[in-house]
Amino acid sequence: MSRIQTRFEYLHAQGRTALIPFITAGDPSPAVTLELMHRMVAAGADLIELGVPFSDPIADGPVIQRATERALAQGVSLRDVLGIVRRFRETDSETPVVLMGYLNPIEVMGNAAFAEAAREAGLDGALIVDVPPEESHELVDAIKAQGLDLVYLLAPTSDAARIEAIAEVASGFVYYVSVKGVTGANTLDIDEVSAKLDAIRARIALPVGVGFGIRDAATAAQVARVADAVIVGSALVGRIETLAEQGQATRIPTVIGDFLGELRAAIDATDNGGQHG
Amino acid sequence: MATRADDLAQGVPSALTAAPYQWPDARGHFGPYGGMFVPETLMHPLTELRQAYERYLADADFLRELDADLRDYVGRPSPVYHAERWSRELSGAQLFLKREDLNHTGAHKVNNTIGQALLARRMGKTRIIAETGAGQHGVASATVAARLGLECVVYMGEVDVARQEANVYRMRLLGAEVVAVKSGTRTLKDALNEAMRDWVTNVDNTFYIIGTVAGPHPYPAMVRDFQSVIGREARAQMIEQTGRLPDVVMACVGGGSNAIGLFHPFIEDQEVAMIGVEAAGDGLATGRHAAPLCAGEPGVLHGNRTYLMEDANGQIRDTHSISAGLDYPGVGPEHAWLKDSGRAQYVAVTDDEALAAFHGLTRTEGIIPALETSHALAQAAKLAPTLRKDQSILINLSGRGDKDMQTVARMDGLEL
Repeated sequence: MSRIQTRFEYLHAQGRTALIPFITAGDPSPAVTLELMHRMVAAGADLIELGVPFSDPIADGPVIQRATERALAQGVSLRDVLGIVRRFRETDSETPVVLMGYLNPIEVMGNAAFAEAAREAGLDGALIVDVPPEESHELVDAIKAQGLDLVYLLAPTSDAARIEAIAEVASGFVYYVSVKGVTGANTLDIDEVSAKLDAIRARIALPVGVGFGIRDAATAAQVARVADAVIVGSALVGRIETLAEQGQATRIPTVIGDFLGELRAAIDATDNGGQHG
Repeated sequence: MATRADDLAQGVPSALTAAPYQWPDARGHFGPYGGMFVPETLMHPLTELRQAYERYLADADFLRELDADLRDYVGRPSPVYHAERWSRELSGAQLFLKREDLNHTGAHKVNNTIGQALLARRMGKTRIIAETGAGQHGVASATVAARLGLECVVYMGEVDVARQEANVYRMRLLGAEVVAVKSGTRTLKDALNEAMRDWVTNVDNTFYIIGTVAGPHPYPAMVRDFQSVIGREARAQMIEQTGRLPDVVMACVGGGSNAIGLFHPFIEDQEVAMIGVEAAGDGLATGRHAAPLCAGEPGVLHGNRTYLMEDANGQIRDTHSISAGLDYPGVGPEHAWLKDSGRAQYVAVTDDEALAAFHGLTRTEGIIPALETSHALAQAAKLAPTLRKDQSILINLSGRGDKDMQTVARMDGLEL
């Protein structure tokens, strides 16, 4: 059983919703990223999504694009990101880590070489945002051959046929993009999300995480009512940016940890209220 | 990394030489290139677009409307002009120019924007977005948006906004909003990223007019089909004027839309050589260029697999060319396929060579070409003396040089 599956089954047994923070690896520096990952686990993160910097992140909004640029300015590569995962694993063998990134840096490393290095580093899965189920079967096979999970996005515009196509290839969990737009977009209609999750669950047996548009404890609690996992990214990365710009990078783990703690508390309150669907 | 190119190229050649030429396949692949490498959020809009494109390109009423606009609004057919004085000077092959510079808005770009804007209207979209480098595609998009009464937003890298002020002003006169993109390298590729983001967010009422034969399926095929009017006309015009097909067809290649528009109707004419000319900038050896086919590697950018300029970590590299319209790190996937198959050849000429050709054509024929186009002219000037006088080279004169007055004057130490 994969580390991701183990984690979700454990949470499910406890009636709890997973909290999944996203940060861009190497923003504002690899050392901060490593410390931040541990701090996020201590604050209640159940799984960590680590963004791999790419020069042309078409699915991301301005906040995450700027994070990517800060990381690239330090020369952070895919190998460096795997190095961060390896160091994280030295002291945390339980929290699943999923890479989120774009195809080109992986292909340059080589599909098989990437998959092997990822497993050795202790990575659990990958979400490659510009690889739909129709493309890059060689990479999909290489990743699965190493026993890693492949996470896919689903969108409000994904129809039944597309949900079924993704059900064929996805493992670990699926990531539902709750609003039309890029990461960091700002409106979230919880009834719409709820209806779509029903349609997804009818076709996919995996846990469903919901991301895009979660900016505070209130929206996290709303999403926790309907989703198996609450994914929060731009709200964290925006705070990291502010601190980095103020020359207070050393405070990042504490500030982000405290913020995640607020989200954790709001999600737990919702879960304990017994409304978990 | 050479192994990536080698892997992809395996088994390609024989497939392409077989007529009829029917690429891309149903999922937008040209051999190993092209495809739909996009986030799930874009799959639905692209599917909707593909269905509309397939429907209307077989719709007699739509095609009548398109033809009438190309004739009465754009001014087609554009002439093929025998550049006799230039040919005599080079003392070799006869040089013929397909005069896309005479189109409304001064370049080939409008052939495509007319087509896509009419498609947008049929699809009930009320808002047009576009990316632009030199500003030619932005102007061509703003122009058709004005005519059809559609809202228009043009994304342009901040660097390009600064070096193409006149075109920015033209777009604003036409009623378009020009958004200066400040992310990444602040050039064409970043404008494209930003336009994609807008499209994902506003897809209900918005149509994204991509200006070249790149991007996810169906854009490379759709833009090619709209631009192929260039080659269809030129093929008939060459037969009419010279009694036979040209020996060589030649065009500059940035994203590659003017080149594919000229080449496509000649692909099955095996006796016609096809040469695409990329921007070598300061020289391929310097790394400061925009020539992915000549000096790049296959990879994935902007929704398709194609040749790219990338670093050892797979990040997209900054490009350089004197011409903003060629300053793009990727290239249309069909060119990647034509290259691997050997059906077309790709070469690159430097900024200096292009500038020399710019002045050469201006002085010899009284035609001021765009700096993009000047790259093709420079290559033609190299090739012509090696051919016989009864042979011919057909060059796509893809745009006029009015927009480049400032750039060229600056080279001469003048500020206009």
